[in-house]
Amino acid sequence: MQRVTRSAIIDAPIERVWAVLRDFNSHDRWHPAVADSRIEGDESADQVGCVRNFHLRDGSHIREQLLTLSDDDYVSTYCILDATVPLRRYVATVTLKRITDGDRTFWHWQSTFDAPPGRERELVEMVGRNVYEAGFEGLRRYLRDGARARSPSTMMRTAADQMTAQAVVLREFGGSDRLSYQNLTVPPPGAKEVRVRQTAVGVNFIDIYIRRGEYRMVTPPAVLGMEAAGTVVDVGDDVHHLLPGDVAAYAYGVPGAYATLRTLPADQVVAVPRGVSDDTAAAILFKGLTAEYLLHRTHQVKAGEAVLVHAAAGGVGLLVCQWAKYLGTRVIGTVSTDEKARVARDHGCDTPIVARDYRFAAAVKAATGGRGVDVVFDGLGTPAMEETYEALALTGHWIAYGHSAGPSSSLDPQRQAQKSLRLSRPVLFHYTSEPERLRAMAARVFDMIEQRKLRPYIGQRFTLAAAAAAHDALERRETIGSILLQA
Amino acid sequence: MIRVYTSSVIDAAAEAVWALIRDFNGLPKWHPGIAESRIEGNWASDRVGCIRNFRLKDGGTIREQLLALSDFDLQCVYSILESPMGVENYVATLKLTPVTDGNRTFAEWSAEFDAPPSRERRLAEDIGQGVFQAGFNSLKTYFGQR
Repeated sequence: MQRVTRSAIIDAPIERVWAVLRDFNSHDRWHPAVADSRIEGDESADQVGCVRNFHLRDGSHIREQLLTLSDDDYVSTYCILDATVPLRRYVATVTLKRITDGDRTFWHWQSTFDAPPGRERELVEMVGRNVYEAGFEGLRRYLRDGARARSPSTMMRTAADQMTAQAVVLREFGGSDRLSYQNLTVPPPGAKEVRVRQTAVGVNFIDIYIRRGEYRMVTPPAVLGMEAAGTVVDVGDDVHHLLPGDVAAYAYGVPGAYATLRTLPADQVVAVPRGVSDDTAAAILFKGLTAEYLLHRTHQVKAGEAVLVHAAAGGVGLLVCQWAKYLGTRVIGTVSTDEKARVARDHGCDTPIVARDYRFAAAVKAATGGRGVDVVFDGLGTPAMEETYEALALTGHWIAYGHSAGPSSSLDPQRQAQKSLRLSRPVLFHYTSEPERLRAMAARVFDMIEQRKLRPYIGQRFTLAAAAAAHDALERRETIGSILLQA
Repeated sequence: MIRVYTSSVIDAAAEAVWALIRDFNGLPKWHPGIAESRIEGNWASDRVGCIRNFRLKDGGTIREQLLALSDFDLQCVYSILESPMGVENYVATLKLTPVTDGNRTFAEWSAEFDAPPSRERRLAEDIGQGVFQAGFNSLKTYFGQR
């Protein structure tokens, strides 16, 4: 029996490498020796037992069967059924291991087979060099070239193609009636860019500030929207963490998400793990990243602290409540209706306070034995300022991350000193500006979702064309949880 | 049960790295955190069952027992008998695999142990980074990588 072992280091995260290798029919896209390949019957390429039927460039014809596929250990085992090359009883195993030092991948490829007498050395050499070593190089090139070279999705369309999208365009600053639904040309991705076919778009309060002209982040006519999820159509040069066909999501500081297609910088886009749907990703990414930085970065929440969450039944509020509860804090929330109080309580809020007129300080004091809260997550702003000040304990931390109830004015330094308060005015996009930090934050959010510690609550869905109605509902404070536009 | 896994690439042939680390009494030669080490009862340092008794540079003393040693798999397994770390049922594996492309070494160091939940995260960080990754870093320096 002959045994061939080859191994290599691939300069990409294991998830990236495995996404390609677990597809039993992907080798004609990355292996230089494989000319064409198909899966027999109607089976999918990750079905254990499926057969790939392929030709090598030298004309050889081979049928191989998938015997083992493990997403847990990153292992794939397969055997040759028939081949015009004399490899008998050939069984091969591909194993990937994570290199934690540098987030790279160790790839181990091993096989055993019988060869006709006298041809052992030649065949061992051929498998080791022409199949395994050439495969390592082929995959490296495939990942480096952004997987475009021979990807079927791009064969039918050249990369230079413009594509037409439907988009919600803001004609001028003002009410929701200034939004119109129209066609838009979306350019192909340039270097370090990616084009995403968006299926779910998240609506956030910041979209309304921008629409009204309060945040001058666009010059009309312009497309609104900070977050979406969907499928990668194509990627530009120098993009290594995404491939066409990947489910991906982003929360990006430049508006433009209210569209069926978008081209944007790849380093702002994260791959969505298989356990998370694109609806969930779109509904949760922006707000989940917000909750992540509020609870882990702006303030490092500790077990036993008392926290106050304003708009506790809002998109961010419900996530902050669940996450803060998970971290062991006592969660007090303000909401505007009994129904919202019920939903907030169901998402980890220990003490929801119904305060439609922003009178809540006395109830907060009562709930904390007169002491007040250690930290407040304030997305409301000025109308609630006095009461928020009252509700904070001495040396408390006031985190003003939004002003949905009206513009924020600043706190008098004299009054701040009277309680030794700490004041923060964080902005999400300052936290996500570094791709590495963004990825770490997104990983923590997706991890919380996959472990079911964060449950997204999609309160309302609208079609993309009905974005104006979604804005109206959000401005009327009618909505609970996240609002999605479906493209 | 907590599992810690750390892996790295050493720019030297696996046989060379193995020759250095298979000596169960050899930690002071290459690990930056170890001040001195001896094998109890005059046993050979590659005899399965032997106990190494070593002192950390920060003062603590640890006793570890060699549970398995394989020159075929380039792997050793050991447990902690006594330590100031507050871990129980601690079993660690250090394993090398040759990387044929470039004649380098893929090194994996993992451990499983029990600890109070409140200290799990901290211990996992201390062991994964402070012990395992620090060891890999100095192996890389030892073999002259970057």
